[in-house]
Amino acid sequence: MITNAPKITTSRFDNADSHTLAGFEATGGYQALRKALSMGPAAVANEVKTATLLGRGGAGFPAGVKWGLAPENVWPRYLVVNGDESEPGTYKDRMLMERDPHQLIEGVLLASYAIGCGQAFLYVRGEMPLAQERIATALNDAYAAGYIGKNILGSDFSVDVVLTWGAGAYIVGEETALIESLEGNRGMPRLKPPYFPAAKGLYMQPTIVNNVETLSNLPWIVSNGGDAFAALGAETSRGTRMFAVSGHVKNPGVFEVEYGVTTFRDLIFAPQYGGGILGDRALKAFIPGGASAPWFFEEHLDLPLEKVTVDRAGSMLGSGAVVVMDDTTDAVKACLRLVRFFARESCGKCTPCREGTTWLENILQRIQDGYGRPSDLELLLDVADNISPGIAWPPKQTTICPLGPSAVSPIASAMQRFRPEFEARITQAEENRHMVPVTISKAASYG
Amino acid sequence: MAEADLTQLDGVTVEINGVEVIAHKGELLIEAAERAGSYIPRFCYHDRMKPVGMCRMCLVEVDTGRGPALQPSCMIECTPGMKADTESDVTKKAQDGILEFLLANHPLDCPVCDKGGECPLQDQTMAYGPGESRFVEEKRHKEKPIPISDLVLLDRERCILCDRCTRFAKDVAGDPLIHFIHRGNNTEVNTFPDEPFASYFSGNTVQICPVGALTASTYRFKARPWDLETTESTCQTCSVGCRISIDSSRDQVQRFAGVDIDPVNWGWLCDKGRFSSEVVTSESRLSEPLVRDGSGFVAAKWSDALNRFAKALGSASSPQSIGVIGGARLTNEDAYAWSKLFKGVLATDNVDAQLGDGLPAHAVLGLPAATIDEVCAPGGTVLLLGPDVKEELPVLFLRLRHAAVEDRVSLVEISPRSTGISSLAKASVHPRPGETAEVVAAVLGSAPISREIAGIVADELEATRLVLASAIGPIKVVLGRASVAESASVIVAAASAILDARPDAVFLSALRRSNIRGALDMGLAPGLLPGRITIEEGREWYSEAWPALPTASGLDTEGILRAAADGKIDVLVLLGADPLTDFPDADLAERGLTGARTVLSVDTTLNASSKRADVVLAAAGFAEKAGTTTNIEGRVSTLSQRVTPPGTARPDWMLATELSSRLGTDLGFESFADVLAEISFVAPSHLALDQAIAEGVPDGVLLPLDVVVIIDEDDEDIVILDETVTVSEDGAEVEVTADVVFEETDGSEADQTNGLIELIVDDSDTAGSVPAFVEFIPVGTVVIPPVDSYAFRLVATRKLYDQGTLVQSAPSLAPLAVSASVSLNPWEFDRLGVAAGGRATIRTAKASVSVTVHSDIGVPRGVAAMIVNQADGRVSDLISADELVSEVRIETSS
Amino acid sequence: MARLTNDNVELAREIMSLYPRPKSALISLLHLAQEQDGHLTDSAMAHIGELVGVSSAEVLGTASFYEMFKMEPVGRYMVNICTNISCQLVGGEELLAHAESTLGIRPGQTTPDGLFTLEDVECIAACTEAPCLQVNYRYEHRISNEGFDQLVNDLRTGNRSDIPDHGVLAQIRQHIPEDRRAGSVTPEDTAVPAWISAPEEAEK
Ligand SMILES: Cc1cc2nc3c(=O)[nH]c(=O)nc-3n(C[C@H](O)[C@H](O)[C@H](O)COP(=O)(O)O)c2cc1C
Ligand code: SF4
Ligand code: FES
Repeated sequence: MITNAPKITTSRFDNADSHTLAGFEATGGYQALRKALSMGPAAVANEVKTATLLGRGGAGFPAGVKWGLAPENVWPRYLVVNGDESEPGTYKDRMLMERDPHQLIEGVLLASYAIGCGQAFLYVRGEMPLAQERIATALNDAYAAGYIGKNILGSDFSVDVVLTWGAGAYIVGEETALIESLEGNRGMPRLKPPYFPAAKGLYMQPTIVNNVETLSNLPWIVSNGGDAFAALGAETSRGTRMFAVSGHVKNPGVFEVEYGVTTFRDLIFAPQYGGGILGDRALKAFIPGGASAPWFFEEHLDLPLEKVTVDRAGSMLGSGAVVVMDDTTDAVKACLRLVRFFARESCGKCTPCREGTTWLENILQRIQDGYGRPSDLELLLDVADNISPGIAWPPKQTTICPLGPSAVSPIASAMQRFRPEFEARITQAEENRHMVPVTISKAASYG
Repeated sequence: MAEADLTQLDGVTVEINGVEVIAHKGELLIEAAERAGSYIPRFCYHDRMKPVGMCRMCLVEVDTGRGPALQPSCMIECTPGMKADTESDVTKKAQDGILEFLLANHPLDCPVCDKGGECPLQDQTMAYGPGESRFVEEKRHKEKPIPISDLVLLDRERCILCDRCTRFAKDVAGDPLIHFIHRGNNTEVNTFPDEPFASYFSGNTVQICPVGALTASTYRFKARPWDLETTESTCQTCSVGCRISIDSSRDQVQRFAGVDIDPVNWGWLCDKGRFSSEVVTSESRLSEPLVRDGSGFVAAKWSDALNRFAKALGSASSPQSIGVIGGARLTNEDAYAWSKLFKGVLATDNVDAQLGDGLPAHAVLGLPAATIDEVCAPGGTVLLLGPDVKEELPVLFLRLRHAAVEDRVSLVEISPRSTGISSLAKASVHPRPGETAEVVAAVLGSAPISREIAGIVADELEATRLVLASAIGPIKVVLGRASVAESASVIVAAASAILDARPDAVFLSALRRSNIRGALDMGLAPGLLPGRITIEEGREWYSEAWPALPTASGLDTEGILRAAADGKIDVLVLLGADPLTDFPDADLAERGLTGARTVLSVDTTLNASSKRADVVLAAAGFAEKAGTTTNIEGRVSTLSQRVTPPGTARPDWMLATELSSRLGTDLGFESFADVLAEISFVAPSHLALDQAIAEGVPDGVLLPLDVVVIIDEDDEDIVILDETVTVSEDGAEVEVTADVVFEETDGSEADQTNGLIELIVDDSDTAGSVPAFVEFIPVGTVVIPPVDSYAFRLVATRKLYDQGTLVQSAPSLAPLAVSASVSLNPWEFDRLGVAAGGRATIRTAKASVSVTVHSDIGVPRGVAAMIVNQADGRVSDLISADELVSEVRIETSS
Repeated sequence: MARLTNDNVELAREIMSLYPRPKSALISLLHLAQEQDGHLTDSAMAHIGELVGVSSAEVLGTASFYEMFKMEPVGRYMVNICTNISCQLVGGEELLAHAESTLGIRPGQTTPDGLFTLEDVECIAACTEAPCLQVNYRYEHRISNEGFDQLVNDLRTGNRSDIPDHGVLAQIRQHIPEDRRAGSVTPEDTAVPAWISAPEEAEK
């Protein structure tokens, strides 16, 4: 269902000056902050709880609940903003940071106020200098205008917001790896439990990690009330949400739609959104929530963009990245490309992920290159099984974080639906050449 | 611990493979399972380091109420009701999978790998691993072993990235010089370019590497595990007393490894200790006795050498004309035998195991004692008033580091210059040499400090005082000689000041030479007899046991050398000692050796001093003889024989016995066990030691044992009891709660009925009531001459690797010795006209040396810091033993 | 090779002051060093270790984890072409192949004139604008082969002054004015924040 829900996070995107303080103030900016200061922190937290704002970073955990997980009376608490956006197919946080940095900052201030955080860190992906500049300017302006820093707007609320840049590592998007990175370390995830950030995060203090989009919703929620937000969307997915539609569509783009009610079909085919498959070809498959998500097919098109529904159907909305593949897509090649991503991005901490993802990549590469052996398909699945036992959804894991098992998603999907393509590649290999034991060197596969 | 105790310690009940197990609160599942007999395979987990849960080998199915899920058992704490299945199909499949992943890139060079045969990865693979490899791709290739330090090589192909070495380097040693580099499948361990893993503890990484990635350059390809014979022993490189295993093959010592004992070393060793294995096999070892022939030596028959030695001893004009220096490198039994010979037969008391660089025996033995564990107990406060522990007692440094970093122990350091532990200290102040006691009194006082003392500004002193004032419980003092250019009396005065301010303070003496504590315990110090007693106290007690006793207190090493220089010493005996190198005043040592009529030596190698002897008896060394040794805490542990001594070299106790019989007295020893038995019978602090040793306590025996000795007046017998006993009126029958079984002197087991033990000891060898132990003799403040503004005060400290005999006999360690230098605070450079890297002449009234200048902000202004034991600029040339502090002048030299 | 210049040391100190622990500034300082020299030199890394108080090996350990830090010199322009899924589907790999032939180098290599280094990179968050690339992390959206050649030409002839040399990221930095600063919160600051405690007290 396509609705006329208000734009919550992208309302200023059409304004040329959306990233400036003046432009922001002219369109209601920092009013939520003023309102919040008169409400008190508990009331602000309450509004967010009422809104049932699900995290937009991938896991979809309700922000209000997460804030409540910080152990009582343990101070200081930190807020870490996850702007490391790197999940293949995902493009929305960069937009929010480049085009409406003040909205994000206001969200950071509201969250800091509500949870009692005196210092927040805004971690922006390294490869995004424009976002870094826009946020730096916004922070400098907001400091000068008294919105951030000591005694904000004359109140007893004080918080410093520190801008930090990443340096190129997908895994740092994982919240505990992000914290490691913020401590100046290699971005290797910590085991949860015991290191749940809300309890033991940055410097082992309670730390709330929230995604850029999640926090960008806060000014609207505080201004309009949690109830107004909760009135939008479906039972378990409230408000609106940004989706990036990419791949084989006529009109790729980032669209803010009402959460929980809009369907994949709407998103991919509606003229104001994806506009249909490129060249009006047939749909082969689509990834509903970023590279880590199992693929969906034709039969899933009418599912609503609703968290629980999609989870039950065997995948996830993840980071709001819908990647469309038409019937010309080479399933083996697409699968290889995704697996290669995870192999390259493994932090190397867990044996199964470090060794296993590369092994999976090597097997797929040789199948793709026409050197596959008949036993390779079972090998592929068994190696996958040793990373993610049972190859089930939600995935089980022999690893610390979900990155390793994420490499299994495209394999499970492609092998389940397009196994004949893999087999054909192998049969062809058998016919075409004698089997030569091949070695796939790094240089060859990474170019 | 018994199961019953565990429940009392709020244990939690978990179920492991269907069996109920009581775990400690907070205990890791992997540990609880092992205690319960289910060993879970592991690579990254090491019980002395924080778990990281990254190899994933220890995954087991754990159910905490939400259904079974794979969890790393090394990260999961036991919680009530937890169920773990370490053998389920899911567990097995996961573990097999991990093993296969680990082997995917692991080279199959086990036959040429040093770890082959003792490799956890190999063992796991044999036990559980998949048969044939399904990994057909080429394995990762990296340059074969690269040296990451002078002692350790790294083969990155074999590395399984378990983070053990890197965690050790950072968390345990505090030397994060090796690190994970790159990411994912390209991750490797490496150093920063041109910054080697120069850690005093690097060898531990070789030991804890679960594969053959890290190897010791001293051991590569030397032996195969299945050829090795192993014995446990105690490291004798310094006096911490780390437990080690000695591996030998074909009667040759191959390597040492750390053994984990709780009270001391936790499995760690320093590199000097570990690689001192090379000393045993050193080319320079004496294999036969030598006698002087003109200006050189000739090899002699043992009978001739012993006769000549005995004759020299016998020809001394009086007991006072015999001087004996050394004994710290011996076993307790050796030390006792010499003690008995020199004090009990020849009746001289000019005997000193220390070389003027330690502390008076009454301080070492008489101050209220603390063990390492007590010093490091969580939450305590430790006052470091001694040497740089990192340089002199490295594993004690590791323990203190752990205490400070992990166990909230506050370290306060008062030292003449900054040390390897300063950065971990809550406060670290550096008084001018000689003025330590005054600083100690002030910082332990209750009055706020508002003036400068000993060159330290008031603020620093006050901050230090506040740290000490907030101490909970007694202050633990690590006491020793920080600088040999400062008289021991300065430290004794400081200890006195501590006891004045804090009567409950306890002390750990930081003496350096291997068994120095044992030597002192055995009476190798003037005024003492074996068993931590003075001659006066013990005169009656020993009157029956020993044929003779010295009539009065004798001289210490300085006194002996002085007497020798004055021509008053006929026979100077060196027991494994080299005063020319080690005595802080080289000039006095030289005059002493020249002035002595005859010099005799017993040693394992020839050194500068033994080269001046008339007879040198070849002694068996470490790993070549059995015995016991005593560490800084007074803990006695065993030394084992692993190999035969070179040539015909013999243990010292045997030499003492032979010499004694040549002098007409039978010491009564036919084996080291005889000596131990006598020690355990007559040395008051060591009573019943042999029984406790026989119990085979791996942690060693802390002395004195909890025994009470009662003289049974009626039977004129001695009864040895546990302290917890109740003693009946006449002392003949007592109740004992300890489970030590005492023997009677005739070897039969003591009567033991119904919890009653009666030990009747024949008193023919001992008499009188048990003597009291030596007491500390406090001294008032020492008066130091005022500072002369042109002079610098000299500080002479040690480095782990020096020009000493031990380091120089180990080919791998010898090149690590630093060369002579003077370190100065850079603020002094201008007024002196010197520059870092330039040369300076350091001058005292009697000598001058020219050395390289280092800039070091850890050296206070007005201080010249030098390193002891450097061939190319000896600080001992500058020091005068009779001065409390050494003042030097510094001039540029070209 | 270069340690940080005095100006950069000053900037480094300002950056470190933004964090409760100096080590947290490590990645920012590495960016600063890379901005100074175009890549990370050993001496810059060692210098940074001194500044934040960690060993050089730890600095290298952190630096080498992150893709953007280069331990060897690279071209003046780092051309990063995305070949991840969204771009792959609409021609990312073909664009890469075209770039290889235009520049005459393979991914990971630098042109002999030292101008360009080509990289085959993972998703750069411009998936709806595929195929896309970055030059020194400045985006080029929906780029065609012709567009690519034009870009290279412009870079060669100095017509893209908007793209600074490799190593320069954001050219605007955050500066917190001293009088507005709330102050870093260290883990040791265990006091209840003022605005949290006030209402609580009011409740009582
Ligand atoms: C491998 C991996 C990568 C991730 N990358 C990102 C990311 O780039 N941005 C993000 O916001 N969250 C990412 N996440 C999710 C974060 O761990 C975390 O759940 C999120 O930042 C929480 O914010 P939210 O509750 O507001 O969604 C990633 C998680 C994993 C496992
Ligand atoms: S699963 Fe992979 S990315 Fe995640 S912690 Fe383990 S090795 Fe690192
Ligand atoms: S031993 Fe537990 S993960 Fe390595």
